[in-house]
Amino acid sequence: MRRLLTHIFGAIGRSTLSSLQRTGDATMLSLRALCCFFMPPWQGSHIVRQLYALGVGSLIIIAITGAFTGMVLALQGYYMLAKFGSESLLGSAIALSIIRELGPVLAAFMLIGRAGSSITAEIGIMRVTEQLDALQMMAVNPVGRIIMPRILATVIALPLLVAIFDVVGLAAGYVIGVDLLGVNAGAFIGEMVTKVAMEDLNIGWIKAAGFGLLIGAICTWYGYRAEATTEGVARATTQAVVLSCVSVLVLDYILTSFFL
Amino acid sequence: MLRVENLSRRFGDLLAVAPANIHIRRHQTTVIMGGSGSGKTTLLRLLAGLEQASSGHIWLDGKHDLSCISQSGLYQLRQRMGMVFQYSALLNSLNVYENVAFPLHEHTQLDESVIRTMVMMKLEQVGMRGFEHLMPSELSGGMAKRVAFARALITDPELVFFDEPTSGLDPISAGVVSSLIHRLGQQTRLTSVVVTHDVEAGLRIADKVILLWQGHVIAEGTAEDIRHSDDPRVRQFIEGNPDGPIPFSRNETPFHEALMAGL
Repeated sequence: MRRLLTHIFGAIGRSTLSSLQRTGDATMLSLRALCCFFMPPWQGSHIVRQLYALGVGSLIIIAITGAFTGMVLALQGYYMLAKFGSESLLGSAIALSIIRELGPVLAAFMLIGRAGSSITAEIGIMRVTEQLDALQMMAVNPVGRIIMPRILATVIALPLLVAIFDVVGLAAGYVIGVDLLGVNAGAFIGEMVTKVAMEDLNIGWIKAAGFGLLIGAICTWYGYRAEATTEGVARATTQAVVLSCVSVLVLDYILTSFFL
Repeated sequence: MLRVENLSRRFGDLLAVAPANIHIRRHQTTVIMGGSGSGKTTLLRLLAGLEQASSGHIWLDGKHDLSCISQSGLYQLRQRMGMVFQYSALLNSLNVYENVAFPLHEHTQLDESVIRTMVMMKLEQVGMRGFEHLMPSELSGGMAKRVAFARALITDPELVFFDEPTSGLDPISAGVVSSLIHRLGQQTRLTSVVVTHDVEAGLRIADKVILLWQGHVIAEGTAEDIRHSDDPRVRQFIEGNPDGPIPFSRNETPFHEALMAGL
């Protein structure tokens, strides 16, 4: 019995220590990467290139997700509000749900699936094929050249993608609510404008920037520290996606409780 | 140029490189040979500063200790070095021209026309002129290796590390690469460290040969010293004998005994 307990607590302890060590390593890597932003050589063109690849590349999937989220919210919201005779509140209900909560979280999930996984796989493959070592031998710091532009790109791209998600989601909600379900157009827009404050938009963007930093840090770290085998890269990619999703939800809870 | 003192590298229980003292002389080609898993590539990566040593020191020019230098200091020194990796390690997102020009774009303010001329010269040297628009994915292994060769030499480094420069090449390309390393050593007084399995090519280009076995340096000297060595391990390696003191199997227990014991 004593041996079993020692074994169980030993395993828990080792796992905790390993997690702390990896969290520390990932944090240090991200901090080193962000420090590289302030040091020469200036990596502006690489940041823009990553911004294009991650941001513009994710536009369509973000727009589609935003549209269907707005449509579902309109249908579901109308069904519930109609029970209380408050259909006119549909506009504000959709707007607050999307702007404060669903926009940042769902856009973050889409970015993880579309761009986060490719960041991990790309850096992992660079590790396997010794491209990161080759950069070092050419006196180019891979942290500044590869990691920093990708982290910054996710931090900048996600708030912009969230803005697009919000606009498309609200437009889709309007079409379903007003044109399909017959909610008064004036009431829909009026309630939305009255109930949504600038603070709500700011909360959405702060969340998006935080999620972007988290996704960039996790996905680049998993790629950079991937075991130099094909299986290692595959495992790192899966772990990066899963951990990013869970971390986004945890951070969302923390930020929501902070802003309420 | 490089002096190694008691350098070793351990991965857990495995001793990849046993404490070694090696001197790599300026303007010479030093060839490191040994069987698979003997620690050649690990030693090369230690010398290049890509691997952290478990113990010992690596002195460059007698004043820079690569085993404990700061990262920025190491990047400064690497501008005097080049490396050809075993699998070329070309940057996938850049074409042949951009790969070869990469170190010049990073570290010089040269005009693009000058860079273009220099890149074309190096590509001509390795027989790859005319392929500058191709992406790495469109190159064969041998072509990629030649491009990597051009990239390593584009900044005219003082010290170049070659990890299996002729592996995966056809005999003609391997001959061209070997003679290029030899010629560069003689003409430009380049200091080269070459890791190879290719005994004939290695002995042909070497000013000095280091033979490794299970992480230990078992022989060191000129190509002639190695050719005429009486050490049975050296003789077995250079003659390629399957029987001898160096076992083919890495497992010390004979298979029939393991089989009888239920594996």
